[in-house]
Amino acid sequence: MKTIALIDYGSGNLHSAARALRVASNEAKKTREIRITHDPAVLQYADRIVLPGVGHFADCAANLRKHDGLIEGLEEAVLKRGVPFLGICVGQQLLATNGLEDGDTPGLDWIAGTVDRIQPGDGYRIPHMGWNALTPARAHPVLSDLGEDPHVYFAHSYGQSMIAAVARDNIFATQFHPEKSQRVGLKMLSNFVLWQP
Amino acid sequence: MTLKTRIIPCLDVKDGRTVKGVNFVDLRDAGDPVALAKAYDEQGADELCFLDITASHEDRGTLLDIVSATAEQCFMPLTVGGGVRSADNMLALLRAGADKVAINSAAVANPQVISDCAARAGRQCVVVAIDARQSGGSWEIFNHGGRKPTGIDAVEFAKTAESKGAGEILLTSMDRDGTKAGYDLPLLKAITSAVNIPVIASGGAGKADDLPSAILEGGASAVLAASIFHFGEVTLDQARAALSKAGAPVRPFP
Repeated sequence: MKTIALIDYGSGNLHSAARALRVASNEAKKTREIRITHDPAVLQYADRIVLPGVGHFADCAANLRKHDGLIEGLEEAVLKRGVPFLGICVGQQLLATNGLEDGDTPGLDWIAGTVDRIQPGDGYRIPHMGWNALTPARAHPVLSDLGEDPHVYFAHSYGQSMIAAVARDNIFATQFHPEKSQRVGLKMLSNFVLWQP
Repeated sequence: MTLKTRIIPCLDVKDGRTVKGVNFVDLRDAGDPVALAKAYDEQGADELCFLDITASHEDRGTLLDIVSATAEQCFMPLTVGGGVRSADNMLALLRAGADKVAINSAAVANPQVISDCAARAGRQCVVVAIDARQSGGSWEIFNHGGRKPTGIDAVEFAKTAESKGAGEILLTSMDRDGTKAGYDLPLLKAITSAVNIPVIASGGAGKADDLPSAILEGGASAVLAASIFHFGEVTLDQARAALSKAGAPVRPFP
């Protein structure tokens, strides 16, 4: 059976992400083992990798680095072998060069950029928490067939100029929470299960 | 960039059943929380709130297994509160499937708990629940399920909560709770103008047309209601339509 490795480094949304991936795999009519793990050995055979994450950039980065060989295993799978990868929320932020939440913390630097606090502006409050419309800058298989005017759930105070999702090659990452975005989120996750970058 | 107005059904849970009272007492049964969670997910609720209303004063922890069963039915954000005293309590709820945790009595007794929780899980996980009742020209906080007056001013405490790291305030008017007389707009305005974090309006919704004023006049980011949804008096479609018509944008559903 093919395996989706869901990286366990103490993130709060781990189990909701696992549940949503299970439902999304069924909806994609694919039988997949959702393997909750921080074992680099699993990353050697996983068919897809999901990095969840909520909370604090620096804490999440430190927790990720706690597990021996995990980052090396991720980089070997995602950057060298092109295994399809999905980052969620802080799991997206960690792909950046650095994050500025309570100090300057290095990220994985897979996608150049800095994660900084959103500045409160007219008419909105921080944390940026709730449902917002998704406007893809260009088409992407993971974003296909989401229906008319798709909305997704955000809960964060930091980001890269309110970029909702980034994609490059076999990497797709969202600031919002597909696992908490009902139909639209489940559709996106089933697209990810089927995605052939 | 504009976030949509969130519509949040609230499950007040006592002894494993959803209940709803008037002015915090006189509880009547409103059903199985897990079945209600599933129904609200299917109807496109924007979030769900789950409050174990007996937890604090009877000194017992929230029923983690019910939270977990409820979370199983939700592909929307779930806030859980009741009896949360520490960051460890919070983490147990997050592990059971909550996305956010509401802290009430413990935060009032010791605002440092808010900072502890925010440091462990991020402020977006930390909802500070304020139960307030009018007292002269201001509002006083009551805690322990609305049983104990504290002498603490609600507006001042909201500012404290924000500075300690609250990500959101769940503001319940005890004067309006269960009365269906509409939200307490002066209370909402006082709090929303004092803080820059989102505020959820709670207490008093009696009909769909009560919802927009909480947003447009009260400045709230979300409307929470219990009995009007549980007893089918207002459907989520009707709530969306009323908000949208009044000029408060909502998430299109389906």
